[in-house]
Amino acid sequence: MREKILAFMEKNSRIELKDLAVILGESEAAVANEIADMEKEHIICGYHTLINWDNTSDEKVVALIEVKVTPQRGMGFDKIAERIYQYNEVNAVYLMSGAYDFTVFIEGKTMREVALFVSEKLSTLESVLSTATHFVLKKYKDHGTVLVQEVQDERMLITP
Amino acid sequence: MRNPLSDTIVHIEPSGIRKFFDIVNEMKDAISLGVGEPDFDTPWHVREEGIYSLEKGRTFYTSNAGLKSLREEISRYLSRRCSLTYNPDTELLVTVGGSEAIDIALRAMLNPGDEVLIPQPCFVSYVPCTILAGGTPVPIELEEKDQFKLTPEKLLEKITDKTKLLIMPFPNNPTGAVMRQEDLEPIARIIEEKDLFVLSDEIYCELTYGQARHVSIASLPGMRDRTVLINGFSKAYAMTGWRLGYAAAPHMILEQMTKIHQFAIMCAPTTSQYAAVSAMKNGDGDVEMMRESYDQRRRFVLHAFQEMGLECFEPNGAFYTFPSIRRLGMTSEEFANSLLREEKVAVVPGTAFGACGEGYLRVSYAYSLKNLKEALGRMARFVKKLDEENGNP
Repeated sequence: MREKILAFMEKNSRIELKDLAVILGESEAAVANEIADMEKEHIICGYHTLINWDNTSDEKVVALIEVKVTPQRGMGFDKIAERIYQYNEVNAVYLMSGAYDFTVFIEGKTMREVALFVSEKLSTLESVLSTATHFVLKKYKDHGTVLVQEVQDERMLITP
Repeated sequence: MRNPLSDTIVHIEPSGIRKFFDIVNEMKDAISLGVGEPDFDTPWHVREEGIYSLEKGRTFYTSNAGLKSLREEISRYLSRRCSLTYNPDTELLVTVGGSEAIDIALRAMLNPGDEVLIPQPCFVSYVPCTILAGGTPVPIELEEKDQFKLTPEKLLEKITDKTKLLIMPFPNNPTGAVMRQEDLEPIARIIEEKDLFVLSDEIYCELTYGQARHVSIASLPGMRDRTVLINGFSKAYAMTGWRLGYAAAPHMILEQMTKIHQFAIMCAPTTSQYAAVSAMKNGDGDVEMMRESYDQRRRFVLHAFQEMGLECFEPNGAFYTFPSIRRLGMTSEEFANSLLREEKVAVVPGTAFGACGEGYLRVSYAYSLKNLKEALGRMARFVKKLDEENGNP
């Protein structure tokens, strides 16, 4: 049941519990318990809203930073990652295979704010060797959802 | 001026669905539960293959029977899915949708006066296509008490010495009924005993729910040589607009079907055929995803009927439910018309699929959950109002 709950909720976390139970053919109590357990086990880590900020009047700047680091004795990647993800400006941190070590997503109000964060906070960390900053210009698709077009049902109303 | 028209076609009733469509179409803001096609877009890898074939300039006719690579894929599919062996060179024909296959199979097999047994409620084209092919349609009225399955008793009742062909429309549109292996066995025995043939329309074969998968009647002992198996890409791969189906049949029948196809159609659309190769090769995961999603929505709709107090047998195939409205004291058409006027929800009256569909509605669940919720909420309000008027608390 877990896989099915997750598959559904990953796309639509706002579904009402009673509807979810009907859809999965399970009892409401069983589904509620399973969700509660998954929250406890940190499988479900939060319920967020997918926002297309481009359609609001709010200014937001998002940048992807490639970060190269040198892991130091007694301080593996996890420790360095922790130093990075503690900042509020940091939205996401991933450890990468390949040409660099971390991908860091930063969100700020202006490009200057983001640039300052990178040069003053991120680059100055002891383990950080280098950074490369890429600003996001437009989001087409996020979390499996296409942001740029509205989906319309163009089927005829009645067909055999 | 003389009458330019053929008496045969003039005497054929227009499809009941078409009549209702015209009414619905005038209501711009109606929400519908009336479609007979998937709500998914064709999987992207399939569309991409179609686009690629256009880019490469593959815009010519294919052979009459269809692209060889596609026929080979279909042959492989029928072997892995139905344990059936068809020679791609002599026993498979790619058609313009399952609909064309139905038409040409009937034209290839019927002589004037031959009777065709048509279990109803069913898809709208078997009766008119039978008439156009010179045959005589003989409806078999299926009943909810049998879960709308074809029973041996009902079949035997309608067989005469003129009977030639039985149409097997399962999984069924509009009822959602399926025929399991054990339901098919006695039917197959009768077919053999009475020396009949079968046109098995298995267009919904990928959409069955519960443990057991679809079984083709052609895979039962002795049946392959008596069956024209019809299938297509529309429902399983969400490809209705591509207009692509196929027929698998013994060479003797398929050869004559190909002749009609050759003169009337030439070949199925080339772009669609290239796209369909990808559907057959790489589409199993897409089908699985869509089936799971339909199954979820199927449960949702059945639960909603239960809450409304509408009886509905559990459909195990296709993407339709067929609830009964008998207790409300209205005909199917009256119900559908008032529901449309009062709540702006379109459903199809059961009578559009045969007279024995009276007392039922076809409600499709090929819609987003949001759409289903809104439409079924309105329908519940409508039923509640009727109940209050009728004095049923």
